[in-house]
Amino acid sequence: MANAAGAHHDEHHDHYPSFFSRWFCSTNHKDIGTVYMFVAMFAAIIGGGMSWYIRLELAEPGIQFIQDKQFYNVLLTAHGFLMIFFVVMPGTIGGFGNWFVPMMIGAPDMAFPRMNNISLWLLVVALLMLLISAFVEGGVGTGWTVYPPLSNSIYHPSPAVDFGILSLHLAGASSILGAINFIVTIFNMRAPGMTLHKMPLFVWSILVTAFLLVLALPVLAGGLTMLLTDRNFGTHFFDPAGGGDPILWQHLFWFFGHPEVYIIILPAFGIISQIVSTFSKKPVFGYLGMAYAMAAIGVVGFVVWAHHMYAVGLDVDTRAYFTAATMVIAVPTGVKIFSWLATMWGGSIEFKTPMLYAFGFIFLFVVGGVTGVTLANSSADLVFHDTYFVVAHFHYVMAIAAIFAMFAGWYYWIGKMSGKQYSEIWGKIQFWIFFIGVNVLFFPQHFAGLAGMPRRIPDYPDAFAGWNYVSSIGALITAVGTLLFFVILIRTYASGAKAEQNPWGVGATTLEWQVPSPAPFHTFEDQPDMSGKAPAE
Amino acid sequence: MRNKLKMILSALAGVLISMGPAFAGPNGDVRSSDWQIWLQEPASPTADRIVAFNGQLMVIETLIVIFVMGLMAYIAYRYSAKNNPVPSKTTHHVGLEVAWTILPIFILVGITIPSLKHLYFADRTPDAEMTLKITGNQWYWNYAYPDQNNLTFDSIFVPDDELKPGQPRMLTVDNKVYLPVETNIRLLMTSADVIHNWAIPSLSVKLDTVPGRINETWTRIHEKYVGKTIYGMCSELCGVNHGFMPIAIEAVSKEDFAKWVKQAQAKFASDDPKANVIVRLASAKVTR
Ligand SMILES: [Cu+2]
Repeated sequence: MANAAGAHHDEHHDHYPSFFSRWFCSTNHKDIGTVYMFVAMFAAIIGGGMSWYIRLELAEPGIQFIQDKQFYNVLLTAHGFLMIFFVVMPGTIGGFGNWFVPMMIGAPDMAFPRMNNISLWLLVVALLMLLISAFVEGGVGTGWTVYPPLSNSIYHPSPAVDFGILSLHLAGASSILGAINFIVTIFNMRAPGMTLHKMPLFVWSILVTAFLLVLALPVLAGGLTMLLTDRNFGTHFFDPAGGGDPILWQHLFWFFGHPEVYIIILPAFGIISQIVSTFSKKPVFGYLGMAYAMAAIGVVGFVVWAHHMYAVGLDVDTRAYFTAATMVIAVPTGVKIFSWLATMWGGSIEFKTPMLYAFGFIFLFVVGGVTGVTLANSSADLVFHDTYFVVAHFHYVMAIAAIFAMFAGWYYWIGKMSGKQYSEIWGKIQFWIFFIGVNVLFFPQHFAGLAGMPRRIPDYPDAFAGWNYVSSIGALITAVGTLLFFVILIRTYASGAKAEQNPWGVGATTLEWQVPSPAPFHTFEDQPDMSGKAPAE
Repeated sequence: MRNKLKMILSALAGVLISMGPAFAGPNGDVRSSDWQIWLQEPASPTADRIVAFNGQLMVIETLIVIFVMGLMAYIAYRYSAKNNPVPSKTTHHVGLEVAWTILPIFILVGITIPSLKHLYFADRTPDAEMTLKITGNQWYWNYAYPDQNNLTFDSIFVPDDELKPGQPRMLTVDNKVYLPVETNIRLLMTSADVIHNWAIPSLSVKLDTVPGRINETWTRIHEKYVGKTIYGMCSELCGVNHGFMPIAIEAVSKEDFAKWVKQAQAKFASDDPKANVIVRLASAKVTR
């Protein structure tokens, strides 16, 4: 296999375009992926900074820092938007997806390179619009769910909300274009012999995610447009005074919003599958089950949306259906977890930093997953809806888990992307600080939520002071871990050791490890041929 | 075997549930206490069920987490590169894969069936003895008693600098909503502006107030809470002062309730509620 992919490529000198053409007008999937990752990191600094400011305010009862309560709502809204649309999605799909999907299937680039460029820059413009919205006349204080009537022109008259809506429109368009690009690439540009059932699981995860994006985002776009016309052109889609219904927005939003959760976590599943297999030096256990579990999660993900709406006054039979349907999701996610464990079982595990993060990911996902079983119950939701229990749940299962997968992916692939290897010892230290930090940060929020603390409040009854203080200490530790990551990143680029073609040994079997590090500007000299090979994983 | 498992589970659940009363609020009030790690004490039949159900869920979930963590710890030790230099080649085991697909289904069905029973129980009551109508407003609650000559009043947050000694911060209101114990109370909810949520953790009541709609649920406060105040907070982001529209219920005996209704009718009849609101909102520190 070693000679299939231009092993002597490093002697060949690529001709790189000038700085501006290379980074701004790029049609190269690797350069676009790199820019996506830096956009994600930039947004992460802002979105993370907001969350630390929130935790600083919540460290003690009473209002200490954020005197303007609208600004508090703006912070928590922007934190949600930034982390979902501008950190995790560009990081996992735009960054790692762009970099490694074409490489893993033996394609020279994405199917539509120019469309790839427009996806990227639409996202950057969307990010700027979102940042503007936070500073225009009071900002968007609606929460990331933008529920009307709070988000309509009576209760949020400033153009900030219109900026926010347009930002989401652009981010949505960017994602739809990107998703189409991935679907076409994966269906049409696989190397000979790279059948669907031989594709690495990361490619599978991006394929399923792309379908979710294409099906879910237009529904959000429709809802956003209706909200925009309600605000500006006198329609009453969501206004009961004009015969509309605010709950209609919630149905449209969550029909998008629930698949969005899987859009965030499926690529993370893909990354973790690659890493677990590599560092166990074993192919993935139950490959087909893993691939089809992701497809099943994608399908079921479209018929459970109203479990976010148990409290709106849905008919009891409707809530019963959504309870039962939501329970079903635990089955394919269970298959994922047990298959990862079985992949490691009998393996010869190297605990390099990416593998530590994979272990951490599985831990977070299991803890957040079981609380998800609680929250699936419309009956239990009578005490848990809109409490910190929910905050703890989704940060464990989705948000921090996705961040862990991104760290795991970064450590795993940085040698391939930059040609420089990170420092193993500092990577491990960074993992432990971050792992301890997020657990101290989010685990106590389960207790605050059980005790009844509502979400999205800048001050709280004194009884919640204890766990909030602990949680804020966790945020501080997490901030140290994050800072250390950026130090490691800068050191890696500035003075990292030269990365080998394959630093991970026999476990790393996918095609990206058969080209030099950094991957050359044009990946493959000769098209790889996978005919007669076992599944890549 | 099954019975034994059930016994162990219910014993464990019992331990967890018995932690409940440990988390009664200060002064016997029904609210959360410092370092609380469990649900608030149940003060209604629905809450009795939900607290017990949550205990069972927590036992199952804790066992699952311990099981998976145990496997991970064992794998990390036994199959480290040091202890197992040569990896196995196993990639399939049909029996195992079927097992970990089917077994969770049994657990989930076992959870869903009681869950749905509780859901239907909590939904509404067929034989309401009285009705309380709740209207969410930015940022206070309006209560109406249609069966008590439509007695109506507003219940507004008391800011920190106006608290009297003993009144809890962030939870105190000017006019508590009085409800008789051991009475099936129909709760009707709507909103005058944005969506709010009338949430009382210890009653397991949590329902949005939505403009243009009337949502219905019910509650019944246990006898032993006579003379106690039961607290809750708005639980749907409703704008600037979302965190500052608490709910305080005074649970009273049926006789005292009748007496209170008489006094309240005299008190609130002379009161122009709107004027009251404006005064209070002006004195509350509304930043925006
Ligand atoms: Cu409210």
